[in-house]
Amino acid sequence: MKSLIQKLTETFSPSGYEQDIRQVIRAEVEPYADEVRIDPLGNLIARKGKVGKNGRRIMLAGHMDEIGLIASHIDENGFIRFTAIGGVMPHTLLGGRVNFVNGVPGVIGGERIMDIGKTLSISQLFIDVGASSPKNCPIQIGDVASFDRPFFDMGHRMVAKSMDDRIGCAVMIETIKSLKSSPHELYFTFTTQEEVGLRGAVASAFGIDPELGLSLDVTGTGDTPKSRKMDVKLGNGPAIKIKDGGMLSDPRVVQWMIRTAEKEKIPFQREILESGTTDATVIQLTHSGVPVGCLSIPCRYIHSPSEMVDTNDVENAIKLLTALMSAPIRL
Amino acid sequence: MVKTFSLTKKQTIILEKLSQAMGISGDEGEVRAVIMDEIRSYISDHHIDALGNLLVTRQGSANNRLKVMVAAHMDEVGFMIAAEDGEGIFRFECIGSIDVRQLPGKSVLVGNNHQPGVIGARPIHLTTASDRQTRIPLDKLRIDIGQGKNPIKPGDHAVFNTSFRRVGPSLAGKALDDRLGVAVLIELIKDAPENIDLQASFTVQEEIGSRGARVAAFSMKPDLAFVVDSTPANDLPAWDDEENATYNSKLGEGPAIYVTDGATLSDPRLIRLLKETAEKEGIPYQIRQPGGGGTDAGTIHKQAGGIPSVSVSIPGRYAHTAAGLARVSDYVNTVELMKATLRSIQPDLLAQERK
Repeated sequence: MKSLIQKLTETFSPSGYEQDIRQVIRAEVEPYADEVRIDPLGNLIARKGKVGKNGRRIMLAGHMDEIGLIASHIDENGFIRFTAIGGVMPHTLLGGRVNFVNGVPGVIGGERIMDIGKTLSISQLFIDVGASSPKNCPIQIGDVASFDRPFFDMGHRMVAKSMDDRIGCAVMIETIKSLKSSPHELYFTFTTQEEVGLRGAVASAFGIDPELGLSLDVTGTGDTPKSRKMDVKLGNGPAIKIKDGGMLSDPRVVQWMIRTAEKEKIPFQREILESGTTDATVIQLTHSGVPVGCLSIPCRYIHSPSEMVDTNDVENAIKLLTALMSAPIRL
Repeated sequence: MVKTFSLTKKQTIILEKLSQAMGISGDEGEVRAVIMDEIRSYISDHHIDALGNLLVTRQGSANNRLKVMVAAHMDEVGFMIAAEDGEGIFRFECIGSIDVRQLPGKSVLVGNNHQPGVIGARPIHLTTASDRQTRIPLDKLRIDIGQGKNPIKPGDHAVFNTSFRRVGPSLAGKALDDRLGVAVLIELIKDAPENIDLQASFTVQEEIGSRGARVAAFSMKPDLAFVVDSTPANDLPAWDDEENATYNSKLGEGPAIYVTDGATLSDPRLIRLLKETAEKEGIPYQIRQPGGGGTDAGTIHKQAGGIPSVSVSIPGRYAHTAAGLARVSDYVNTVELMKATLRSIQPDLLAQERK
């Protein structure tokens, strides 16, 4: 599992440019799926099973894109000004390393710091790829970059960039592999463009037209010094989402998830997330409306170079998702 | 080869009619009428949907034709009368994003009869130096039409009163965003290619959230979509002689192709098609600076299971004000780029997955 997570998190695929991660995931899931297709927005949809007795058509969504940067101007000395793709926090950038999609590496520099107490804004930062003029700069306006932030294993904790949401992808991949039998028609959907506004899920959910939807994504925690007030802790089990900034989970889905976790003796936490949301938000509003929920993997330092998850939480998320998909669902 | 950029008298008149038509979001009828007059003899059928989108399909004759939507929005930013204070003085609201600092002293046209009026402000004689340091808020501005006896009612619309004109290499007027795009789309209909089914969509309500395009894309279900719009050019030199790194787009450098804005990550296959076509045909182009903002592509690409989309814009200075400014060359090059691009579309354009 850890080598899979390393492979997933060390693949570069910012929103809109998911081709590389799609290839990696496709190779993992294709042997276990009955059908794999890629839709017009690049969503990877792996179907397993057909609707059986007491079964449903279910969409599982984990997003494979990650936040990144895009070149907006090459200045007269070859420095690259850029803007963000997704929710990039400027204070995580200075001194960091990036790779452009065409393979060119660069480092992020900043204008002179006038006040050490103040963060430079994105417009005060630039990428240095070693060029000295627009002519010898190997990057053009519109070229996309992602962060070079290697995976490392701390034993019971794992750290990497893009745990958001490659860890959700990993949970889905391990689930499709471990699932013995299911009454359901399952659409393991690895979505695109989540970080810029849940766009891939809008399109893929319309195409799948599910009867029930679950997203697999990270959630924040309240267990670090002076963190946000939140009742989720790393290591206390996967979180069953009740509410976030964009969605109220269907209470029947929440109850079904809790019942299943209790029955299987899998630790879990109840999640209320104040801001931020997941693909389930738009799945809920597809066609005439869809009951949805979200299984979250607690994660510290989201959208920073070092997103941290707990190994047991991940394993328990796989167990819970496998159990949820293995039996008929009474709502 | 140096290309010359001349507009025929007829083309100039179309641009003038389009620019001067009154069509704020939700009330695009005048613009639609101008378009219908131009295209009627070229089309066999058209459809005006529930929201007012004008949808025209021109079918090609080749085998295996892709359905290609090309959208341009008919609406413009403007004003809605909210209440009468008496004597022809009206409170109003803005429709679409307008910088209120731009408003005092501007001439406007109000209602279906295009009644002239002015957005009044206290004259300099009666203001203090400190008054002039502060912005006049919208709720203190009024439209004054100068007469108490009038048919104007709350809910009536108003637009900037600006005469369109050709000035050397430039076009000046109101609502160039997006009547220039509308004019491009008219040209495409008049010279529709045989290799595709052209789904020309003149959309409504773009300025208040691309509402028309959303339903147009859903009903037309194209295989792919192009949006032709106008994007701001902030290309004047910086005040302190620093390098201007936030121009968004530049006048005179050709159609601006979008990689990303606040609402869409353009389909890379369509970006490549546009760039390669431009390079092959010797048409200048620029990449619009990645950043915020949005076009109809923002709602189109998410409809009906996903529609690969890209936007192309004609750069325009002073967008959403009383007087915009664009270059004839950028307009002509956008027409040429779109014509050449549509002609070069092969049935297998999207056979490879998005990348």
